[in-house]
Amino acid sequence: MKPILEVNNLTMDFGGLRAIDHLNISINKGEIAALIGPNGAGKTTFFNCITGIYTPTGGDVRISRDGKPERINGLKPNVVTRKGLARTFQNIRLFNSMTVLENVMIGCHPVTKTGVLGAIFRTRATRAEEKLIVERSYAILEKIGLDKYVNELAVNLPYGAQRRLEIARAMATDPFLLLLDEPAAGMNPQETLELDELILKIRDEDKISVLLIEHDMKLVMSLSDNIHVVDYGKKIAEGGPEEIRNNPVVIKAYLGEEIDA
Amino acid sequence: MTVNNEIKKSFLASVWFMFLTFPIMVIKVNTVSNTVEWRWMNMVGVGVGAFFLSMLWRYLLVKKEMGGKKEKTDKPGLVQRVLGERKFAVPALVVLGIFTLVFPHLFSMYQTNIMISALIYVMLGLGLNIVVGLAGLLDLGYVAFFAVGAYSYALLNLHYGLTFWIALPLGGLLAGCFGLILGYPVLRLRGDYLAIVTLGFGEIIRLVLENWNEFSYGPSGIANIPKPPLFGLDLSLNQKTIYLFYILVALVIFTIFVINRLQDSRIGRAWIALKDDEIACQAMGIDKAKTKLRAFALGATWAGMGGVIFAAKTTFINPASFTIWESVIILCTVVLGGMGSIVGVISGALLLILLPEYLRDFGEFRMITFGTVLVLMMVFRPGGIVENVRKTYTFKR
Repeated sequence: MKPILEVNNLTMDFGGLRAIDHLNISINKGEIAALIGPNGAGKTTFFNCITGIYTPTGGDVRISRDGKPERINGLKPNVVTRKGLARTFQNIRLFNSMTVLENVMIGCHPVTKTGVLGAIFRTRATRAEEKLIVERSYAILEKIGLDKYVNELAVNLPYGAQRRLEIARAMATDPFLLLLDEPAAGMNPQETLELDELILKIRDEDKISVLLIEHDMKLVMSLSDNIHVVDYGKKIAEGGPEEIRNNPVVIKAYLGEEIDA
Repeated sequence: MTVNNEIKKSFLASVWFMFLTFPIMVIKVNTVSNTVEWRWMNMVGVGVGAFFLSMLWRYLLVKKEMGGKKEKTDKPGLVQRVLGERKFAVPALVVLGIFTLVFPHLFSMYQTNIMISALIYVMLGLGLNIVVGLAGLLDLGYVAFFAVGAYSYALLNLHYGLTFWIALPLGGLLAGCFGLILGYPVLRLRGDYLAIVTLGFGEIIRLVLENWNEFSYGPSGIANIPKPPLFGLDLSLNQKTIYLFYILVALVIFTIFVINRLQDSRIGRAWIALKDDEIACQAMGIDKAKTKLRAFALGATWAGMGGVIFAAKTTFINPASFTIWESVIILCTVVLGGMGSIVGVISGALLLILLPEYLRDFGEFRMITFGTVLVLMMVFRPGGIVENVRKTYTFKR
């Protein structure tokens, strides 16, 4: 089977600093993959590179949505989103002056197309589209379990709900791969458990593959089919949860080396 | 304790003011008889006046802070509530409509002319509101597009004899193109930087108009611009003015309609999202460049149409009408009225343009009063006259 995301020799330099060093990662359809590594290993930089916020200095990023591979490095973030890669942010970036529903409605932007004239004349097509946007957004909120907050301002939501709203908003862009940047950060154990269920549901019901960056090892180990470990921008290990748990290189990266007396 | 404290502070303020105004208010040198006149009564007046004004100021500030603590919820103000209720809004609109219709017949030509100026600013304010209020792009060179509109009518009429009705959309279109031209280089800029670049752009347009004599006839300007024709009828000057007033009212209504629709659409939402968070906005698949350019071009289009009407109203234009001061006034109408709020911007424009006119009786105190009103407004109502309460989508099953 062809991978839906294939990253070859990805390199990102900031001046003299090599944040990502010839990284290879591939993700298969229907997979939940995790990207882990110590702080500063280059995980978020990796996300920024494949979503177009940074232009990588070397290597290739290829996606294939319907079996047709396409190179996407250097494309603008909005174009990448339209191609089906949606992401959330480590530091929550919601539209705070908007309601929960409106946040998700913004996510519907790539799948709708009303222009200036359509908006001014409010044609039948526009009205139908507006209705569709609202219904679609509400359906997503229901699935994510945020429907009780639908008319609240995003900024007034509890922290865990804000993280879920980020996921809802990303889902609205109609992605085939969801990139979650530390979705469980700051969540309590109960919320993390619900998140675990939610991610599985997204994978199984919506057929959306997931790549997540996460520090909560319990969540990572229970969810992931495949785990990629990076340190200093290099991949140091890859494999299933069991393999990674017992990999001496990974343990070394996280805990440091044992000094024999 | 606090009251004593306030009194003490006010007392100090009044002493300070007495000291400051001492040379000009107390000492008067009579150069003819070579005597110095000591007007101590003035000093007392300044002291007492400053004391009471200071007390009033402090009282209002304290009251404002108390009020601010009480209502932290998103409760809409009185105006929004009245406008929200159909049974109030409909009669109010009907009365306003009738008043507008009979206005030029009820009042003198002078009043109608002032009102036309004010309505031009309403249009400009609403146009700038798209750029500043909705998309959050601070534009200090807005008057440039106004100039483009005015000059396109004047020049097209002069050289090709185009009439008002053809020049109106053309002027808007040309200004819109200038909006795009300005928009492209400044796409990556935000906030202060954007303000400075747009400021420069506004000045460039004015300087070009001032110095390119062959094209724009320089500082001497272009005269004899015709007023809008009405089916070839021969109208008197009065009738022409009234006709222009009605055209303007129709255009303002059209503007309100368009902005209302835009605000409440996929595009308007994208603007608000862009204002909130650019990076998240792009991650949602919104094209930042396209969205910003749209705002710039649409805003400029309205300035252009305003310019055409301005040229038709004054029948004479020269670069002196398009100085940075105009940009500032238009921006003031938006900020003072309430950013993003249509009713707010309209009341802001009417207040800012009509107030200095009606204050002419105050003579030299006119601009001081104007400035004082601005300062007071911004201190006590920073959200504007009618604060924008964005219509949010409420989902009902």
